[in-house]
Amino acid sequence: MNAVVAEGLVKIYRSRTSEVRALDGLDLTVGEGTVLGLLGPNGAGKTTTVRILATLLRPDAGHATVAGLDVVRQAQQIRRLIGLSGQYAAVDENLTGRENLWLFGRLYQLPSAEARRRANDLLEQFDLADAAERVVKTYSGGMRRRLDLASALMGRPRILFLDEPTTGLDPRGRLGMWDVIRGLVREGATLLLTTQYLEEADELANTIAVVDRGKIIARGTSDELKAQVGGERIEVVVHARDDIARAIQVLTAGPDGDHTIDEHVRRIAVPAKGGAQRLAQVVRELDDAQIAIDDIALRRPTLDDVFLTLTGHAAGAAGAGGGSHDG
Amino acid sequence: MTGSAARQALDDGLVVAWRNLKRVPRIPELALFAILQSIMFVLLFAFVFGGAIPLPGGASYREYLMPGIFAQTIVFATATTAVGMTDDLSKGILDRFRSLPMARSAVLSGRTFSDVVYNAGILVVLMLTGLAVGWRVHSSLPEFLAGVGLLLLFAFVMAWIGVWLGLTLRTVEVTQQVSFTVLFPLTFVSNVFVPTQTLPWWLRPIAEWNPVSALTAACRNLWGNPNPFATSGLPAEHPVELTLIWVVVLLAIFAPLGVWRYRSMSR
Repeated sequence: MNAVVAEGLVKIYRSRTSEVRALDGLDLTVGEGTVLGLLGPNGAGKTTTVRILATLLRPDAGHATVAGLDVVRQAQQIRRLIGLSGQYAAVDENLTGRENLWLFGRLYQLPSAEARRRANDLLEQFDLADAAERVVKTYSGGMRRRLDLASALMGRPRILFLDEPTTGLDPRGRLGMWDVIRGLVREGATLLLTTQYLEEADELANTIAVVDRGKIIARGTSDELKAQVGGERIEVVVHARDDIARAIQVLTAGPDGDHTIDEHVRRIAVPAKGGAQRLAQVVRELDDAQIAIDDIALRRPTLDDVFLTLTGHAAGAAGAGGGSHDG
Repeated sequence: MTGSAARQALDDGLVVAWRNLKRVPRIPELALFAILQSIMFVLLFAFVFGGAIPLPGGASYREYLMPGIFAQTIVFATATTAVGMTDDLSKGILDRFRSLPMARSAVLSGRTFSDVVYNAGILVVLMLTGLAVGWRVHSSLPEFLAGVGLLLLFAFVMAWIGVWLGLTLRTVEVTQQVSFTVLFPLTFVSNVFVPTQTLPWWLRPIAEWNPVSALTAACRNLWGNPNPFATSGLPAEHPVELTLIWVVVLLAIFAPLGVWRYRSMSR
């Protein structure tokens, strides 16, 4: 059973001077109780997709259902079943954390007393109990995002949309947010999550859909995607140019192994099956062979690598993606 | 609309209004400067310009001034509504509201209702200020309350104009600029500060038919404050009726416009 189905979504933003095709026939499905990570650069159409599915925006073509309900014709019924937490923390910064949750709970049509109880539980669960009576203006970025997510959960939604939940957070805030989201996933939430970070999609999602210029260009588990990109690599910069050939032999266990060389900076890259262990092994072997190195690192594929592999262009150069609309 | 839907619309509207009013003491500068601004106008006109503005028959300028100040305050509050709306729009609060299973009307009805309550609070402070500088009501309590009622009714209409402005202009800075560009002439080309007799002949009818003039004249009449008019005719003779007509006409124009703007956010 699919909780979310989108077929051929098209959205065009028109202004007096230009026309931006934010979505260009986007298809996706999210299975009940699964997490889909929508991965793409700014302007790829992630936010537009979420806004359509959360009934904030009408598509120009195509159609979508959430819990089997049509996003245009049955919008109000869908709103009872979804929670939306956006890129920009949409909580009222002049209310306290508790007041915010009560407000959104009431508007989810909970009776006042139940809204109060639920707010209490969520403040506790999201580690905001101590700050509950403080005005949100005084919250850190991470606290605001957690409160934003808690607001979206007030109505016990069956399906949750998280639009770039960690963009702009510091590493600590990001880890805190991941913890909270992992907790929801464990409880069996159905979740559609957008992100610019492969690492984040990897960490939280069962399935990843890569979106570029308003279309899904790849879909699979993170292992499947990484396999397409080539997985982790070890990069070595040798000290002396003369050592390059010997180093390749060590790194690939033979002269013809899979590798790339940048002669100019004396850098060799090879696939690293086994990750960190393989890295330690390579360090020992290079040492044994008395090859001096300037630098060595284990490099995980980034969104840029995925993009370069899948589209042939870098993520940053995603074309006329209309970043302003994706905000 | 069924009974339960109406009930939900009312409940949700009150919850939104609660949220808007809760913010007032949290940003005290906003209400404080709205009041100080009006008091400044009272002082400027009562003590600086007032002496240079003779009223026919030597009537008291301060008694003439205060109803105008009340009307002006309510008109200027439109900017507060408009900015509040753009603020909610730009901070994503409106998106949050629109994603919730709440009555669609509640965001706008809650906003306009809370702004009327806010205006009522500010009016109380200004009336006390008026009493301090020598303004008095010379009529009965019902007539006094009728005047207050008209002011609040007008505040409701102006809030709808503010909703439409805020949703149309979309950024706080632009909204602030445009609001005052519109609101200043609306209050100054009127009988608020000067009797319309002093205006050039071509400006006089504009000032006299101005809804702000109608409201001011209506309050002056109801409260027994001086109310000189240059010409006879509907504005001079029936300001209460004219105010009510304006209320209906402006509401019929701007409430649908505001609702339309709100709905078209999903396009």
